[in-house]
Amino acid sequence: MKKIILIFFLLLGSFSTQASGEPQSPDEPVDAFGLIMDHISDAHQWHVVDYTNSRGHEVHINVPLPVILWHNNSLWFFSSGHFYHEQEPQQLGNDYVILHEEQFYITGDEGELEMDAEGNIRNASPLDFSITKNVASMILSMALLLLMFLSAGKAYARHGIAPARGFRAVLEPLILFVRDDIARSQIAKDKADKFVPFLLTMFFFIWINNLIGIIPFFPGGSNLSGNISFTATLAVFSFLVINVFAVKDYWKHIFLAPGMPFPIKILLVPLEFIGIFTKPFALMIRLFANITAGHIIILSLISIIFIIKSIYIAPVSILLSLVMFLLELLVAVLQAYIFTLLTALFIGMSTTKSEH
Amino acid sequence: MELLTPSPGLVFWTSLTFVILLVILRKYAWPSILRALKVREETIHFALEDAKKAKEEAEQMEHQRKKVIDEARKERDLILKEARQVKSEIIEEARNEAREEVQRMLEKASRDIEMQRKDAMLEIRKTIGNLSVEIAEKILKEELSGEEKQKKVINAYLNEMNFN
Repeated sequence: MKKIILIFFLLLGSFSTQASGEPQSPDEPVDAFGLIMDHISDAHQWHVVDYTNSRGHEVHINVPLPVILWHNNSLWFFSSGHFYHEQEPQQLGNDYVILHEEQFYITGDEGELEMDAEGNIRNASPLDFSITKNVASMILSMALLLLMFLSAGKAYARHGIAPARGFRAVLEPLILFVRDDIARSQIAKDKADKFVPFLLTMFFFIWINNLIGIIPFFPGGSNLSGNISFTATLAVFSFLVINVFAVKDYWKHIFLAPGMPFPIKILLVPLEFIGIFTKPFALMIRLFANITAGHIIILSLISIIFIIKSIYIAPVSILLSLVMFLLELLVAVLQAYIFTLLTALFIGMSTTKSEH
Repeated sequence: MELLTPSPGLVFWTSLTFVILLVILRKYAWPSILRALKVREETIHFALEDAKKAKEEAEQMEHQRKKVIDEARKERDLILKEARQVKSEIIEEARNEAREEVQRMLEKASRDIEMQRKDAMLEIRKTIGNLSVEIAEKILKEELSGEEKQKKVINAYLNEMNFN
């Protein structure tokens, strides 16, 4: 625990404060769409707080994050602070790289972007393996999960079958819930326990990232579980587990459609085959859409204050977003549950011998 | 559309993180947690089963006890009944025997009395005979001193004898 606090303060120590020259004019219309998109997309720095100091300068406090680029068969490491603060492009071997709207582009030494006729950027992008805001919050979630469950595991090993106390008493019903109501209720009895560790990891990983996403301030507020890359990766893991452990009957059911007349087989087999992919695809979209939608709604409700520019709308806005926060708390656990439950359901379908 | 485009970096880090979590937790956390939960469940299950068995046993023993008590009570009742019967039989027998004995004794007594009466009669007769002889002797001795007197006495006695 102490280590985590230490790491937290080290992070705080590396905060870069940046004072921008001109304060925003109050008459300028608020770009709510840009603001919302900015909040729900990934970033190469972790935004902490903005405020206006006593001299009227706006101060942005950000945690710079490591930038890792793969270019010309080698890895390049930077601090993202360079890309945000300095206007000159950073050297990448013989090439130069700039950060434009959270995307890296290879440029010449001038840092100019080439646009085509439709305004699309024609510059190439290096492969970006940076520790972005989402990756950082994922690492945080990993640290939390490891802390929670390794200590719980140790405690169980030490105390044996004695009733759980303290934090274990919170975790235990959840673990039992995943084991009994997700794994054992969907997967055949003799096979269920094999998948319990996977389902437990998945459930808690999604849930804790959903929760971190709801926290509105540093070190939360990342939209990791509302990011399509994250949900797609987890869906791929589901897909792998569903199909790797599938029994022969499952494949027979898909490719031979036993018991059906031939014309229907012609229709059914492609549908079943597509079904292999649509199941995890639906998982991916469901989690992504639910979490992103929740974030967008809360941000929109808050933005109303700045769009209308009236203090009197604030109570309404705050009240509504409070309700949304509570709903999001429910959605966080609900989506983790649904993702895990459906994975378990599909595993159950693919590992059971069907009776035809 | 930017939202819907997966970025390879995040996919990579997500895979890495998830695999690390899966491997570490699967090795160091879940087994001990799940084992402890399973052992606890089994312990509770067995304890409950044992308790149920013990309860059943106790019930059976209680049942047995009741049965034994019932049987004992029945036996007692039977014995009491028999005893009562035996008692009344004995009393009846004794009464009968007593009655018979009494009868017998009465009969014997009456027989004895009859015999004694007869004996007494014989005795009396004998005594009377003897007395008569003695009296006759005495009278004869006295009266026969004079003829007249003798005759008179004999007549007188004879008259008396006839009355007897």
